[in-house]
Amino acid sequence: MADVKTLTHLERLEAESIHILREVVAEAEKPVMLYSVGKDSAVMLHLARKAFYPSPPPFPLLHVDTTWKFQEMYKLRDRMAQESGMELLVYHNQEAMDRGINPFDHGALHTDMWKTEGLKQALNLHGFDAAFGGARRDEEKSRAKERIFSFRTASHGWDPKKQRPELWNLYNARKHKGESIRVFPISNWTELDIWQYIHLNNVPIVPLYFADIRPTVERDGMLLMVDDDRFPLMPGETPVMRSIRFRTLGCYPLTGAVESTAKTLPEVIQETLLTTTSERQGRAIDKDAGGAGMEKKKQEGYF
Amino acid sequence: MTDPIYKTDALIADDIDQYLKVHEHKTMLRFITCGSVDDGKSTLIGRLLYDSKMIFEDQLEALQADSKKVGTQGQEIDFALLVDGLAAEREQGITIDVAYRFFATEKRKFIVADTPGHEQYTRNMVTGASTADLAVILIDARKGILTQTRRHSYLAHLIGIRNIVLAVNKMDLVGYDQAVFDGIVKDYAAFARSIGITAFTPMPISGFKGDNITGLSPNTPWYRGPALIEHLETVDVNSAADADKPFRMAVQWVNRPNLDFRGFSGQIATGSVRPGDAIRVLPSGKTSTITRIVTLNGDLEEAVAGQSVTLCFADEVDCSRGDVIAASDSPPQVADQFEATIVWMADEEMLPGRSYWLKIGTQTVTATVQQPKYQVNVNTMEQLAAKTLELNAIGVANLSTDRQVVFEPYADNRTLGGFILIDKITNATVAAGMLHFSLRRAQNVHWQATDVSRDFHAGLKNQKPAVLWFTGLSGAGKSTIANLVEKRLARMNRHTFLLDGDNVRHGLNKDLGFTDADRVENIRRVGEVAKLMTDAGLIVITAFISPFRAERDMVRQMMQPGEFIEVHIDTSLADAEARDVKGLYKKARAGQLKNFTGIDSPYEAPEDPEIRIDTADMTAEEAAEAIVARLIP
Repeated sequence: MADVKTLTHLERLEAESIHILREVVAEAEKPVMLYSVGKDSAVMLHLARKAFYPSPPPFPLLHVDTTWKFQEMYKLRDRMAQESGMELLVYHNQEAMDRGINPFDHGALHTDMWKTEGLKQALNLHGFDAAFGGARRDEEKSRAKERIFSFRTASHGWDPKKQRPELWNLYNARKHKGESIRVFPISNWTELDIWQYIHLNNVPIVPLYFADIRPTVERDGMLLMVDDDRFPLMPGETPVMRSIRFRTLGCYPLTGAVESTAKTLPEVIQETLLTTTSERQGRAIDKDAGGAGMEKKKQEGYF
Repeated sequence: MTDPIYKTDALIADDIDQYLKVHEHKTMLRFITCGSVDDGKSTLIGRLLYDSKMIFEDQLEALQADSKKVGTQGQEIDFALLVDGLAAEREQGITIDVAYRFFATEKRKFIVADTPGHEQYTRNMVTGASTADLAVILIDARKGILTQTRRHSYLAHLIGIRNIVLAVNKMDLVGYDQAVFDGIVKDYAAFARSIGITAFTPMPISGFKGDNITGLSPNTPWYRGPALIEHLETVDVNSAADADKPFRMAVQWVNRPNLDFRGFSGQIATGSVRPGDAIRVLPSGKTSTITRIVTLNGDLEEAVAGQSVTLCFADEVDCSRGDVIAASDSPPQVADQFEATIVWMADEEMLPGRSYWLKIGTQTVTATVQQPKYQVNVNTMEQLAAKTLELNAIGVANLSTDRQVVFEPYADNRTLGGFILIDKITNATVAAGMLHFSLRRAQNVHWQATDVSRDFHAGLKNQKPAVLWFTGLSGAGKSTIANLVEKRLARMNRHTFLLDGDNVRHGLNKDLGFTDADRVENIRRVGEVAKLMTDAGLIVITAFISPFRAERDMVRQMMQPGEFIEVHIDTSLADAEARDVKGLYKKARAGQLKNFTGIDSPYEAPEDPEIRIDTADMTAEEAAEAIVARLIP
């Protein structure tokens, strides 16, 4: 044959992710996409739109909200739901709401109640049997062994010894009533792949990934952004305007910024390539419970 | 001591746009590393990550701290700690699952499947190898070729990996001695030829010291190259070869947003496709022409193997999930009986005759596997006789499916030749398999259409055929009640036949014992006989312990809808044992009778039987009356 084409790494990754998204839609009864509004979610959503075009993706978006996300995230979330033509479900854990659980006073309990418990409640409420998540294997050591289809018991537990072998591109999506699958279509993407893909495909992302002058305070070696007036300032503490951006986005009081002047995507990628710290470094969540922090969280039902 | 591969090259800082342009065209290689526990596999992978700058400062600090605490390399950095993941494994100091790692160079992105070396983990290695373009077989230079080396090479070859790197590691510990290296390569070449590996690339390396990893080492002046990374960057990837084959795409999903659009979505397995191409849909064989290749970024003029696309046809041809779209002039085969290599991956052994789900491409069918022709000893490659396959066993067996399957031999097409078996009850993936060829039987044995139909047979007898399937513990009263039921039906002028467990074992099934595998075959044969009898219009009554849910369901599937009536004769084990009409429980308890249901072999009670008889509540006569009333209201 005349011109045999070898796919580029991004083309292969894209094709694999689309294949996974379609398998789940074909085999699951009620899938949902967990949408956290970060850059990984942005790419996952874009892939879903590609997978099912010209149909809109045949499942809703679910945002398990903590009420503590950055304002810019809420804006992009609503815009993307509208552009994609998908239903947006926002879930708040009522108990966390009633008890006023917040990242300033409650530390790990905040993540546990709003996110881990909130997610389980939302999945139970709607009866979703498959949930897409934007986790990547390169993020963290215990994720490197995670399957693409990750099976959860009826109580959402994860048993690393009971996961199914995944051969070729054959995924076994069968499960008993009450059990569910978390599916990670971008498992094999790295942080750099994500950025390159966003760049090549003009995938919309939250402006906080780009540097700007923003009000910040420094705490425990982390630069935090004062995103709204719920941020309790210590005596004598005043926000300082700094040129910052974020490498990952979560709850604003838990997400550390980096000082930066990268205002365009190529500049952000440039910085990523030249940087010397890993992207989860800005996240308080991994530091709980020593090296096994994430693994423990996963067994409890965190993504 | 070595230069990082992923040099923070000047281009990143100077001209990021140009850099990104260059990197848009990177390709991807997936490979596996196989080695024994102490061959330095994790160290090699850690080294690749480290040299390619995939390790950041915060991770490096943690690594340095960990190395001092739990490392095995004294004060030096223990790269293995970078990749040994889950908590339990970390404590044991070994990798026990497949983990995927990522790094990139200027030319390629790499995905490494880190697979363990112990014998009991054949399953993990096969899993990791199934998506790999290349295998790196690690050998400890001090030890030479070990049993594990042979096993890993055999498995890599079995799963179809054609690019094999023989990495003779720990060369630093043998003084970089060329004679040691040459000796190992010679031994390996002889072995490789014997199992059909025609080519491999040997290289002397040290993962710990970094020799011949990113560049040629001054310590091995006698070695001309290539260095490991250079080889990984330039070797051909599988997808390139797949593009040259005839077009095949398994349909995953039919895209139908409105009445004006109907597209067929899937990932192209082999070949390429363009608008105007003539295609054939299998298994139906209907033909049409491609009109469009639809994507979010506009229609494509061509799509090739590996791409996920949506195709539109010129005609309204029936096509749905599980079908295969193929080049019209060279379609793949369709069959329902095959020979295959099977790798068993579950703790519970394979049961010949039991029905499993078989998933191949996007087709899911019911399949039964026959007793293996042989099992392969993965250490010696000897073929051994086998009745079944246990965890991590590899064997060759015939299998048959309940529907026609579109397939190609695995050697030609991984997507249409590789399959998994799924347990119908637990839903676990229990095996992986590779189809060799279809059996000629399947091509030449056809259903003979007969003029006197089953309806006609039933009409002559003026009755509706049925199977009353009695199940329950030994001594529950199945045979007694079944006998009473048949007598009542006979009095009502019904044409019946009673198949009794003990009686059948005197004739048709006298070659079968009481192992799980034989119990499955016993029920399969009885099911087939019962089916023929219902075709003849009879009401069949069967009295077998039939302890496994899967086989009862299998028989249910054989029958016409509504004809299978499961009757659970429900007695507690204590009652059955107290009764012990035939004295069997006593023998079983004394250890004189093996595999006795309820004692040392399980009984899986029906979850939702059509009829349940609680023997504590009614006499045998009452039970028979109730069953007949249910059958003939």
